[in-house]
Amino acid sequence: MAKGTQIKNKRKISKDQWTAICFLIPSLFLILVFVYGFIGWTGYVSLSNYNSLVPDFSFAGLKNYIYLFQDFRFQSDLRNTLFFTIFFIGMVIVMGLGLAILIDQKLKGETIFRNIFLFPMALSFVVTGVVWQWLLNPSTGFNQFLQVFGIQPKWYTDTNILAGFEWGNIEFGLPIAIIAVVIAAVWQMTGFSLAMYLAGLRGIPDELREAARMDGASEFQVYRKVVLPMLLPITMSVVIIMAHISLKIFDLIYAMTGPGANFVTDVPGVYMFETTFRGNYYANGAAIAIIMLLLVAVFIVPYLWSNRKGDR
Amino acid sequence: MKKVYGIVIFVALVLLIAACSADSSGDMESDGGSDENESSDSSSGEVEIFSWWTGAGEEDGLLAFIDLFEEKHPDITVENAAVAGGAGTNAKAVLATRMQGNDPPSTFQVHGGEELNKSWVAADKMEPLNDLFEENEWMDKFPEELIELVSEGDDIYSVPVNIHRGNVFFYNMEIFEENDIEVPTSFDEFFAAAEQLEEAGITPIALGDKESWPATQVFENILLGVLGPDDYQNLFAGEIEFDDERVVEAIEIFGQMLDYVNEDHASRNWQDAAQLVASGEAAMINMGDWAKGYFANDLDLETNEDFGYFPFPDTDGEFQVITDTFGLPKGVENTEEVEKFLTEFGSVEGQDTFNPLKGGIPARVDADPEEYDEYGKDAMEDFTNSRLVPSLAHGSAASEGFLTKANQAVNIFVTQGDIDNFIQALENAAPEM
Repeated sequence: MAKGTQIKNKRKISKDQWTAICFLIPSLFLILVFVYGFIGWTGYVSLSNYNSLVPDFSFAGLKNYIYLFQDFRFQSDLRNTLFFTIFFIGMVIVMGLGLAILIDQKLKGETIFRNIFLFPMALSFVVTGVVWQWLLNPSTGFNQFLQVFGIQPKWYTDTNILAGFEWGNIEFGLPIAIIAVVIAAVWQMTGFSLAMYLAGLRGIPDELREAARMDGASEFQVYRKVVLPMLLPITMSVVIIMAHISLKIFDLIYAMTGPGANFVTDVPGVYMFETTFRGNYYANGAAIAIIMLLLVAVFIVPYLWSNRKGDR
Repeated sequence: MKKVYGIVIFVALVLLIAACSADSSGDMESDGGSDENESSDSSSGEVEIFSWWTGAGEEDGLLAFIDLFEEKHPDITVENAAVAGGAGTNAKAVLATRMQGNDPPSTFQVHGGEELNKSWVAADKMEPLNDLFEENEWMDKFPEELIELVSEGDDIYSVPVNIHRGNVFFYNMEIFEENDIEVPTSFDEFFAAAEQLEEAGITPIALGDKESWPATQVFENILLGVLGPDDYQNLFAGEIEFDDERVVEAIEIFGQMLDYVNEDHASRNWQDAAQLVASGEAAMINMGDWAKGYFANDLDLETNEDFGYFPFPDTDGEFQVITDTFGLPKGVENTEEVEKFLTEFGSVEGQDTFNPLKGGIPARVDADPEEYDEYGKDAMEDFTNSRLVPSLAHGSAASEGFLTKANQAVNIFVTQGDIDNFIQALENAAPEM
C-alpha cells in the first residue's frame, strides 16, 4: 500500500472516530464521575472513621474491614452467599438448559411456552420476594395442608444447617433456609437462561447434528458431544450474569425473609443496608460495599480478560 | 459527514435550551412565590411533614390532624411525605440522605430520646425549640421526664405528640378464663401460667421477630423488671456493666420465655404474631399498645371482652415510653409556618384529634380522657402516675448505632441461646451507647 493512501485512509477513519468520540465523551465523563468516582469515594469512606451521622474522614486504616471479618454476622453472610451462588447458578443452568432443549424439539405452540417461562423475568425481585413469602409462609395454604400429614414446613425460617461443622462460633454448612430463597430466585431467572440457551441451540447449524447422526451417534451423544460443547460460551455468559446478581442480591431477601433467624438467610447486601442506613455506620457499610465489589470482580475480571484475548 | 456534525450541533443546542429553560422555569416559580407573598399579608407556604405513618390507624390519625391544621391555617398547605416501612426502616434511610444532602423536610417524625439526641442533635442539625415551649406554656403540660427525653442540656429539640407503652402484655381473655388463669404480676406467676397453658396445648406466648425489634422489646422489658427503673437507666448510661449478675439473670429469664413462644416466630412480623392471640392459637403477646389499635380497628375485637391487658411482669408502676416527636431541622426556610404546625400538633385539640385514631395516648397530661377508649383511659392514668423509662427497642434509651448492634445480638441469642456470646456482643457494642 502506498504511503499516501494510508494517511488518507487514516484521516477518513479518524473523522468517523472523531464523531464517535464526540458522542462518547459526555457519557464517558458521567460514568467516570458517577460510577468510578463514587466507587473511589466509597473506598475512601471505607478507610475512614465515618461511623456516625457526624462526618469524620480521619484515616482509620483497615479497621472497618478487620471488624467485619471478625463479625459473626458478616461471616454468616459470606457463607450464605457462597451457598446461594452455587445453588442458584447451578439450578438456573440446569433448569434453563433442560427447558430449552425440550422447547427445541420443534414443539407445537413453542412461543406460548417460551413466553410463560420468560414472564417471571418481567417482575422485580421485590415482587417475587413478597409472592414467595406468602407461598412459603408456615401458616398459609399449602403449608397448612402439609400439616394435615404431620409435616410442619419451616422453609425460610429453618435455622438448621446441613452437614455443618463449627469453626470458631460460626457453623459452616448449607443453611436449609437458603434453599427457599434459591427456589424463588431460580423461579425468576430460569426464563432468562432458557432464552439464552434457546438462542444458542438455534445458532447451532442442523448440518452439524445431521453429520453426527450420520456417523451413528445416538441422540444423547449428539447432545453430549456436539451440542453442549458448542453452548459453552453461552454458559459462560449465564454464569457471569447470574453470579453478579447473586453476589449483589438484596431486594429478594429483604422482601422475603429480612435478615432471617440467626442470619441464615442474611447476605452482605442486606447487612450493608442495615449498617449504613439504620445504624449510621457509614464506614462499615462502605467496607461491606467494597467487599461486595471485589467479590463480583472475582467473576467479572477473568471474563473480561478472556474476552480481550478473544478479540485478538 | 456534514450531517453528523449537524446532529452534534443540534444535540448541543437542545441540551443548551433544556438547561436554560430549566433555569427560567425556576425563576418563574420563585417569582410566582414572591407575588403571592406580596398579595397576602399573612405568611403563606408549604409545610412538608415527614413520617412513616402509612399504616391503617396511624395514617388516619395523621390525615385527620392535617385536615384540622389546614382548616385553621387555610394559607398553608401541608405536604404529607410519608415513607412506608415498619418501625421507620425505610423512612430513616430516606431522612438520613435528605438531611445530609442539606434538603431537610420542614419537620420530621423522630422518637424522643437518643434517636433524636445522639443522631440529629449531636450532628448539629436541629434548632432548639425553647422559645416555642415558653410561648405556649408547655413546660408544665408535658411530664418532666418526657421533656428531658427530648432535651440535650438546657435545649429542647422537639415536640412530643403521642405516647405508646411498651411494657404491656395483651392476652386472649377466653383462653385465660377457660384455663382458669389469673393475670400474672411477677415472673414466677407468669411462668406458672405459661406452663399451665403449654400443658393445655396452647402456645403461651406469641412472638413475631422477623424484624428483630419485637424480641429486643421483650428483652428490655425483662431488664426493666429485673433491674428496676433506676438501674435500668443506669445500665444504658454505662454505669452498670453488661456482665452484671442481674443482667445475666434477665438473659436467663429471656431464654426461659423463648421456650414458650410459637415455633415459627422468625417468619412472622408483629401483626402476624398478634393474630395468633386474636385467633386463640396463642394466649398472650408482649407488644407496644399499637397492638391495641390493631386488635380494635383491624380485627374488630372488643377491649376487655375479647382481649385484655396487663403490665409486663414485675414492671407494674413503670411505663416504658415510646414517644413520637417532631422537631425543626436547621436550614428550613419557612420556620414560621413550621412553628405554627408544631404549635398545633402540641395543642390539646391537635393531640386529641390525632391520637384516638392513631391508637396511642396524648403526650400532654391535660388532654381530654373522654376522647379515648377504656384502654386509653387506663394508659393515661398510668402515664401520669408511673415512673417513665425510655425504650431501647424504639431508640430512646441508646443511640441508633447501639440499637442496631443490640438487635443483632438479640437475634443471634434467640436462635443460639448462648448467654456468654450475648453478653460479649452487648459489651462490645457498649461504647456506642
